[in-house]
Amino acid sequence: MPKFTRPNSLTDNHNHYCPGCTHGIIHRLIAEIMDEMDIQGETIGVCPVGCAVLAYDYFKCDMIQASHGRAPAVATGVKRAKPENLVFTYQGDGDLAAIGTAEIVHAAARGENITTIFVNNAIYGMTGGQMAPTTMPGQKTQTSPSGRDTALEGFPIRVCEMLATLDGVALAERVSVHDAKHVNATKKAIRKAFEIQKNKKGFSIIEILSTCPTNWGLTPNKAVDWLKSDLIPYYPLGVYQERSVR
Amino acid sequence: MSKTLMKGNEALAEAAIRAGCKCYFGYPITPQNEIGAYMSERIRKNGGVFLQAESEIGAINMVYGCSATGTRCMTSSSSPGVSLKAEGISYLAGADLPCVIVNVQRGGPGLGTIQPSQADYWQTTRAMGHGDLRLPVLAPYSVQEMVDMTAEAFKIAEEFRTPVMLLADGLLGQMMEPVSFNEIGGENKDDGQSSPNWAASGHKNKREKNIITSLFLDPIELETAINERFERFEELRAKYTRSESTNTDDADIIVTAYGSTARVIQSAMEMAREEGIKVGTFRPITLSPFPEKALKEATKSAKKVLVVEMSMGQMVDDVKSALEYKLPVEFFGRQGGFVPGPQEILEVIRRMK
Amino acid sequence: MKNLKQYLIAGFGGQGILFVGKLLANIGLISDKQVTWMPSYGPAMRGGTCNCSVCISDSLIGSPVVSEADVVIAMNGPSYDKFIGSVKKGGAAYIDSTLVDSKYDGDDITVHYVPATELAAENDLKGMANIIMLGKLIKESGLADSETVKKAIEASVSAKKANLLAANLRAIELGMNS
Repeated sequence: MPKFTRPNSLTDNHNHYCPGCTHGIIHRLIAEIMDEMDIQGETIGVCPVGCAVLAYDYFKCDMIQASHGRAPAVATGVKRAKPENLVFTYQGDGDLAAIGTAEIVHAAARGENITTIFVNNAIYGMTGGQMAPTTMPGQKTQTSPSGRDTALEGFPIRVCEMLATLDGVALAERVSVHDAKHVNATKKAIRKAFEIQKNKKGFSIIEILSTCPTNWGLTPNKAVDWLKSDLIPYYPLGVYQERSVR
Repeated sequence: MSKTLMKGNEALAEAAIRAGCKCYFGYPITPQNEIGAYMSERIRKNGGVFLQAESEIGAINMVYGCSATGTRCMTSSSSPGVSLKAEGISYLAGADLPCVIVNVQRGGPGLGTIQPSQADYWQTTRAMGHGDLRLPVLAPYSVQEMVDMTAEAFKIAEEFRTPVMLLADGLLGQMMEPVSFNEIGGENKDDGQSSPNWAASGHKNKREKNIITSLFLDPIELETAINERFERFEELRAKYTRSESTNTDDADIIVTAYGSTARVIQSAMEMAREEGIKVGTFRPITLSPFPEKALKEATKSAKKVLVVEMSMGQMVDDVKSALEYKLPVEFFGRQGGFVPGPQEILEVIRRMK
Repeated sequence: MKNLKQYLIAGFGGQGILFVGKLLANIGLISDKQVTWMPSYGPAMRGGTCNCSVCISDSLIGSPVVSEADVVIAMNGPSYDKFIGSVKKGGAAYIDSTLVDSKYDGDDITVHYVPATELAAENDLKGMANIIMLGKLIKESGLADSETVKKAIEASVSAKKANLLAANLRAIELGMNS
């Protein structure tokens, strides 16, 4: 019987994430893969502004903290200087799909040989629950108190579908971490992305549907239910692009 | 080696490569496009990286990532583009990352003009990003100095772990002058990728992980970091503050200017001397740290000081404050892309006599 | 500013205004002088009028921007209109008379009329009216000997256009004899 232990690539710092938040699971998956592929020593992670801003305290690989939305540009600078290192960005929906839209689109279009872990929980977490570019129509947030009105606030962005149209994208896949089965699928997807990068095939993005019980105003269990009932239909899981760019 | 005619922008790019710059990230904007164009061919041939970013914001953040790995790198832009880089420059300063940033100034505000200007003095020396930060700023006044100071800027950046600004203008970028690369030598033997002990370049399971960040949520940590950074700037002040004085010993009037304007005041001084007016000139070469002591020294015999800039008057503040408001300081400036001519400066000098 | 000579060269884009300026600057450089070359840049590069300032001096050159010139080379009508008034008293103007109809009315400056564009066409030197003009300038001003001019051409012509070296020399010759 294997013992459940902390992956070597995670530090023993207590993380700051809220109860029921799935960032911790995603961190763990990345760390497990670093261990399994034995790449901690060559990996450089770039963390965002948002809830995962302190991710550099949790991973044991070298880490760089980027300004809001710019992680793909920062990772580009890292990768161009150090093409043999494995480089990933870890970004939320506000960081990637609002303020950092230009950076992610162009990193993808260039086929930048990096991996983006995109955690989509349809809300700004760190700043206290404002409307995000991926907030659902009708979803109540601090800045859409009556629910997102698409006539006023427009529509959510489906990042994987959008990026999949770009020729530089080697892998665009949407997964979820709402139950054990999907957690396992998420791990497989991240591993695939890292392998694609190791084989220099091009840009890879794994979009992970994630929960934010605190800012959704739901219990952790109900948050998982809402992810299943509301987010997944709007953001269908699946592979949107898979090919070798080079 | 004999001298060759080169544009300031191209000479600067060549100098950067010879100084061991491995990666260049930029975005097109006039009047500095020759830097990117030159790099796109020459740095790649040299095994380095040229990348045209999606924006100036992209470019400065690529510099941030590249420098975080301990790789020698730079970006260049012109005034509106430098405004866009401001965020990234603040992060670079906050994370103690060395790099060289070139501003080939054009006129503003807004889109302004593509013609030369010196209206970014305040931005560059005072507010090049949010937060408490002081950047070293070098101001070349000839194509040769574009070369020499580029090499020096990399040296300072790495010695003091700070972004360094090279503040030029459209005139210096676009003009050709004879230039020699003898002083900075040939190709830098040091590969610019030495991965210093602080860099995030992959720990290879041989050391503790490195973190590059400008975030310090603990007030004590942030205060300590800022104090330490400012102490480093004081060391830099003691070691690298530079200026040039001409004919100041007997001068009644000291004319002061930096960058390309400092050339013109030399001509105006010669013309004034021919008329028997005792004029000397003072040229700050580092704008930050500002050469306060040297200016005081240069104005010992002076009764009046004239500051000439291609702006409404920005450096003039530093001149007044360096002189402790004890000497009358007048200002003459041109805007809109006009380079002040020696004749019009001479007329101001005559009036001041 | 000892022995400062200020040149203004103007015409339209495609006439090699910037190139002939560079050639002139290289003549100065090879003659061990201080030199500056400053183009008009920006939209003017794209089809409009184009000009450049060249300064040659024995000592440090202040502004590389020339507003009053010792010598103006004007290669089209608009440039003539714009810059003929910029020639200092006692200075000289070199006019491509194929493209400039105006004649200067006055004796405060020396004006040389060279049908450079026509000469270029007649002598299979298309696009080298600019060099013909420079040839005339060299002859009239005694700016440099032929060895210096040859070296300057070699320094100015890019490697890609090395096959044009002989034609450039022929154009200089033609201008000197015009």
